[in-house]
Amino acid sequence: MRMQTTGGKTRRQLYEDRLRRRSLLIAGGSTALVILAIFILVPMAPGWEKVQKSFFNKEVFLKTFPKLLDAFLLDVAIFAWCAPLIAILGLAVALMRDVRAPALFPLRIFGALYTDIFRGVPVVLTVYLIGFGIPGLGLPRPWNSPYIWGSLALILTYSAYVAEIFRSGITSVHQSQRAAAQSLGLAERDVMLFVVLPQAIRRVVPAQMNMLIALQKDVALLSFIGPVEIFRQAGVFKSLLANFTPYVGAAVIFLCVTIPATRYADYLMNKQNRERS
Amino acid sequence: MPKLSLRDVVKRFGDNTVCDGINLDVNAGEMVCLIGASGAGKSTLLRCINLLEPVEDGEIFLDGADVSIPGLDPEPVRRRIGMVFQSYNLFPHMTAVENVLLAPRRNHKKSRAELMPEVTALFARFGLAEHMGKYPDQLSGGQQQRVAIVRALAMRPEVMLFDEITSALDPQLVGDVLDALRALKADGMTMILATHEMGFAREAADKVCFLKDGRILEEGKPEEIFERPQNEDTQQFLARALK
Repeated sequence: MRMQTTGGKTRRQLYEDRLRRRSLLIAGGSTALVILAIFILVPMAPGWEKVQKSFFNKEVFLKTFPKLLDAFLLDVAIFAWCAPLIAILGLAVALMRDVRAPALFPLRIFGALYTDIFRGVPVVLTVYLIGFGIPGLGLPRPWNSPYIWGSLALILTYSAYVAEIFRSGITSVHQSQRAAAQSLGLAERDVMLFVVLPQAIRRVVPAQMNMLIALQKDVALLSFIGPVEIFRQAGVFKSLLANFTPYVGAAVIFLCVTIPATRYADYLMNKQNRERS
Repeated sequence: MPKLSLRDVVKRFGDNTVCDGINLDVNAGEMVCLIGASGAGKSTLLRCINLLEPVEDGEIFLDGADVSIPGLDPEPVRRRIGMVFQSYNLFPHMTAVENVLLAPRRNHKKSRAELMPEVTALFARFGLAEHMGKYPDQLSGGQQQRVAIVRALAMRPEVMLFDEITSALDPQLVGDVLDALRALKADGMTMILATHEMGFAREAADKVCFLKDGRILEEGKPEEIFERPQNEDTQQFLARALK
């Protein structure tokens, strides 16, 4: 016999409703408590007045923010020309590491060395070494531009990581897919191009999104070798106004871009996990 | 001359000998069924015939020509031998019709328009006309397996290999796939099946081979093997398989 229900709900549903209400209440309460504590306790700290004046100064913020946004366009531009080159070079290096022909063995070694070196050196160092080193050869304009060589440093570093992600995607495609493609008489190149790569690339999209987000932030490293992008611009304002608020403004601008991007990457990742399970 | 001949074919994985000197002749238009317990070497033998696995020793002749010469380019041979797998192995990022078109387009450099009449007819013939534009995950197991058969047929192979193609299917879907095999046999296709479908082997095969430990212990017409098995291992296997 069916259990008597209230409001058309089963015992189980009523129980789960109760649980849900309770956990909602607790979560809300604890969050409110934490926020309250921050707003009451932080201003009670001895140095708060000073910190507020030098980091969260409203006038400075409003005055510098539009200029920071302008400078950020340069970050966006550097990002925009680096990203596609990184994707192309990364894919090329990933494929290089799997070539089997003996004549192409040097290519394979090069691929392995490449990923080892550029993943092993801190990005700042690569930016310095290439950004100062190559123009130091006394190249004529425009070939001594820090934009070119700074971008190259980012491209080299990031494509090494991106290559490894592509490679993990390639190896994650099941052997039986290769076997099916080979059994149809497809040439090795066609097996890779039409069967393995399309599946591999789809699988690593979320991971590559994360690399894009990291790249967006690391563009600021180019400020060390010259280009007046947002980080450098904030530094200029800091010296000019003797106030750190421009750095907070720069951070806000970065977050406006990276948070939605991170959320989107997470969404893709979750969607893919759901599809695979 | 047989369409396909195996002479003393040996395949090892490390110390494990999976095919231990296999001899087999398959005439044009014949259907040969390989039976035997899992691990007897049926699947590996099929993979060797399609050159997915290099043989250690022995020869494989297709129309009298040795295709197992080490270093021989495998692709032209594979184009003449179609293969269908237990787990379908359709390409999940392509629709059914794209799965089928890929190999003839790339291998024969034919255009989609040139191929479509033949491919459409193949889909219709195997009861898949309304599924051409669907992705593999929108199809049932039986439909996927028939698409896999169509995909292999689109290369117009001379020999077809079937590796336990009904083993992953729900019982009510097996019938459609077996009907597809009957239709191919009626066309005169040369076929080798590794199978656990004893009823089908008995009804449709021209020759049945019993494998154990990488050897063919007994071969003959289905009625001989199923009704009067001579070998003790065959008797034991059939007693268990037909229970």
